[in-house]
Amino acid sequence: MTIASEPNSAPAQLHDSVFLGRLSLESIPYHEPIILVTFAVAGLLGLSLLVWITRARAWGWLWRDWFCTIDHKKIGVMYMVLGFVMLIRGFSDAIMMRAQQAMAFGDANGYLPPHHYDQIFTAHGVIMIFFVAMPFVTGLMNYIVPLQIGARDVAFPFLNNFSFWMTTAGAVLVMLSLFIGEFATTGWLAYPPLSGAAYSPGVGVDYYIWALQIAGVGTLLSGVNLLVTIIKMRAPGMGLMQMPIFTWTSLCTNVLIVAAFPVLTAVLVLLALDRTVGTNFFTNDFGGNPMMYVNLIWIWGHPEVYILILPLFGVFSEVVSTFSGKRLFGYASMVYATIVITILSYLVWLHHFFTMGSGASVNSFFGITTMIISIPTGAKMFNWLFTMYRGRIRFELPMLWTMGFMFTFVIGGMTGVLLAVPPADFVLHNSLFLIAHFHNVIIGGVVFGVFAGVSYWFPKVFGYKLDVFWGRVSFWCWQIGFLFAFMPLYILGLMGVTRRVSHFEDTSLQPWFIVAAFGAVLIGCGILAMLVQFRVSYVRRESLRDDSGDPWNGRTLEWATSSPPPDYNFAFTPRVHDIDAWWDMKRGGYQRPTTGFLAIHMPKNTPAGIILAGISGVMGFALIWHIWWAAGAAFAALIATAIVHTFNLDRDYHVPVETVTAVEDLRTRQLAEAGA
Amino acid sequence: MSAANVHGSDARPVESHVHGHDEGHHDGDELPHASLRGYLIGFLLSVFLTAIPFWLVIGEVFADKRITTAIIVVFAIAQMLVHVVYFLHLDTRSQAGWNMLAAIFTIVLVVIAISGSLWVMYHMNANMMPMDEHELRNQP
Amino acid sequence: MSSSTISPPAETGNRYLVSGEHHPANGTMLGFWLYLMSDCLIFAVLFAMYGVVGGNYAAGPSPKDLFDLELVAVNTAMLLLSSITYGMAMLEMQRHRVKPTMLWLAVTGLFGLAFVGIEMYEFHHLIHEGAGPQRSAFLSAFFTLVGTHGLHVSFGIVWLVVLLTQLGRWGLTAANRRRLACLSLFWHFLDVIWIGVFTVVYLMGALR
Repeated sequence: MTIASEPNSAPAQLHDSVFLGRLSLESIPYHEPIILVTFAVAGLLGLSLLVWITRARAWGWLWRDWFCTIDHKKIGVMYMVLGFVMLIRGFSDAIMMRAQQAMAFGDANGYLPPHHYDQIFTAHGVIMIFFVAMPFVTGLMNYIVPLQIGARDVAFPFLNNFSFWMTTAGAVLVMLSLFIGEFATTGWLAYPPLSGAAYSPGVGVDYYIWALQIAGVGTLLSGVNLLVTIIKMRAPGMGLMQMPIFTWTSLCTNVLIVAAFPVLTAVLVLLALDRTVGTNFFTNDFGGNPMMYVNLIWIWGHPEVYILILPLFGVFSEVVSTFSGKRLFGYASMVYATIVITILSYLVWLHHFFTMGSGASVNSFFGITTMIISIPTGAKMFNWLFTMYRGRIRFELPMLWTMGFMFTFVIGGMTGVLLAVPPADFVLHNSLFLIAHFHNVIIGGVVFGVFAGVSYWFPKVFGYKLDVFWGRVSFWCWQIGFLFAFMPLYILGLMGVTRRVSHFEDTSLQPWFIVAAFGAVLIGCGILAMLVQFRVSYVRRESLRDDSGDPWNGRTLEWATSSPPPDYNFAFTPRVHDIDAWWDMKRGGYQRPTTGFLAIHMPKNTPAGIILAGISGVMGFALIWHIWWAAGAAFAALIATAIVHTFNLDRDYHVPVETVTAVEDLRTRQLAEAGA
Repeated sequence: MSAANVHGSDARPVESHVHGHDEGHHDGDELPHASLRGYLIGFLLSVFLTAIPFWLVIGEVFADKRITTAIIVVFAIAQMLVHVVYFLHLDTRSQAGWNMLAAIFTIVLVVIAISGSLWVMYHMNANMMPMDEHELRNQP
Repeated sequence: MSSSTISPPAETGNRYLVSGEHHPANGTMLGFWLYLMSDCLIFAVLFAMYGVVGGNYAAGPSPKDLFDLELVAVNTAMLLLSSITYGMAMLEMQRHRVKPTMLWLAVTGLFGLAFVGIEMYEFHHLIHEGAGPQRSAFLSAFFTLVGTHGLHVSFGIVWLVVLLTQLGRWGLTAANRRRLACLSLFWHFLDVIWIGVFTVVYLMGALR
């Protein structure tokens, strides 16, 4: 993120060159100490990582087994890694903002100039939603859904790899904006006319647009992919109402993805046209209508909220039922609640801009639909409570996160219903109350849910459990840190403090911001504790090892196979008779076959995905900097590569019987040792 | 839609006690079956449903534009249905009903997005920027 | 099938396992349909945009001043003809005749090219008259909506050419039949969108 001496970096535009477009040496913010230090640290870390990989001679392995992989499990893990890396970046932005707001009162200006501060809050929002929450959610679905439905992989394994790399290409572009040029200063949804060419002439908004467009392609394709997977590839006997609840919520999430992300794509195309071609969709002149942008982007934006939270509702359901040792209370009502939320989420978008001035009739319609949508959510909450009721609850880490969620999310939900009342919203709109509300539901719901999911399925992915002590430290830091960081924001919001402000005159507000900053530090400790937890668990992996493949006494099919599962997931496709299929198998005296294995038909790894995404990234960079020849060339290369890929018919192979037998024999021995 | 594919649908019977039965689904004949008759009917209807609206507008048949508008909108919807049925071969059986479900869901969302936007923006314009039609057209 | 596979040994095992290799149905047609539905929503946004700003001429030209309905009628005819010729290609595919399939596909492509050509002529003419996409919000929305459709048709033509090559090389294999069916969906889907375009943009525009 650069900070230009003027409000915008207009000078760079004066000499657009044919070869480099707007790109010049001045685009590198070398005069900015904060950026330079960040760059130095990031460069050092990156370099040492590269050296480490080279010294371990791991490049070939990394390329063949991971970058080109079409295995949904490895792709899922890569999504989670991307999410964690970007979480650290997004959190750095957060703590910089908290520090600035705790300092900048009266005569003190803090350490961040407004232009830099604006980029930080924009980047924070964009990164946390698109490159933290989305990869986390997609990663969990990618890893778990095929296992839960007893499939060998997703429906389109190549597309899965391509989707992941497109998401990563988008993330790389956002990271690049830190060191080359600048990021948008508009807030995470880039409302025009501020984000138009007239008021944001620099490359910031273009970085925003193209990073999201490229990542959006990946998200959309992964949505289609998982939908088809769930519809077509369920194990025999698994009807829709026999699907595990996480698979159900994933199904609804992917319906939302396929039906919402095209709207974002279209809106951003229109904004890009306004900026580069000079059309007048959202301008103030020539009949343009900036409010239409707000309207359209929230038609995507509200379903997006549910895209993030629904899969985690699924995670909580699995966790609650497993650790209460009971079948989920009200499975059918849970499914219907999820479906109702899916549909209703398209009917509430206006509550994000009640104050735009559509009047009483429109506002009351959307206010009421918003209040209605809290009903199915409330029903879910009761389902979880009743599942726990009279259960034998085990307070393992996943359950801890889940209970943290139930406590935190209810508060956030209630402030949400408050905001759904249009007259109240006229007072609280764009205030810190709103900020506190959505962090309350996103941290309490999405983030806690992801961590519950990670600690729940970690032993499945790696074969050993996570360290409990550091997990608890992390949880309590997050939970208490969250309260310290956001409860003051509710109070400040009620006092009328607005969001996105880098300096305050009223010094009486300062103590609240200091408390909030302390909370952010606690959350930082929570993140650190989690990293320590990963490290400690890895070091102690032998004592934490689980050979059974079913460390929690689980209920669904992912626990029926080994940990980590073999490439082909299941030697024989399971046949399902119950919602809790694995529970039913354990009760019914299922015995794992040890002979008679068959060759298994599997898709083949391919480098096409990473190549196509790489070219897309180059094209995005060229479009951002107006390097038109490179954009054209990259586009041509993209089409050509895609066409060439369609001529590749060598896409699958059979895992030979010997390999399957060897893998399964190993598992037989492993189980015997674990049982002994 | 072959019989083999009905297997993959959700309507499949619960075969809880069938042993050793191969439930492998066959890929292959899931492609919709088309007929010359269907294409010709679709084509002729489309020609009819296209030609009439163009004639109504170019020939200025009705003095009242609202009547013309109503007719061409109805014709457009009818023609879309014709295309969907005769050319896209959408019916309740394709992909075990999932295609139809997806289409209905999409139509609902399209209606929500378009009519909702028009409604919201109309009210906003009326409240925030009271301009008559003439001003809107002629203001730079 | 079951005779050639060795069932897992335990007697109770079979109740919980599929003996033999389980082949889920191919998902390509469903996946492509879902993609089309998402594309449909892109067009919905463009239509909504046109609906909201379509009357904002900014003291510039209005649809009445600009649109040549006879030309649009010819264009519509091109697309409609390409639809029926694609249908013929599909019928030939069902009869497993490669050459006629390819022939009808090529004819379809030519009609598609004619459509795109006429549209490019129209755009060129409008821009030449000073009614380019920058002139007013109405024209921005018009060019984007119609242009996005035209872009889709152009991609369809590129795909068609690729498919012709693949048909020439491999014949009517299962994969190629699926690709033909997908492109058929794509092509007819663009027809449906065009019905909306000529009705809402051109005909209703002329009525304003």
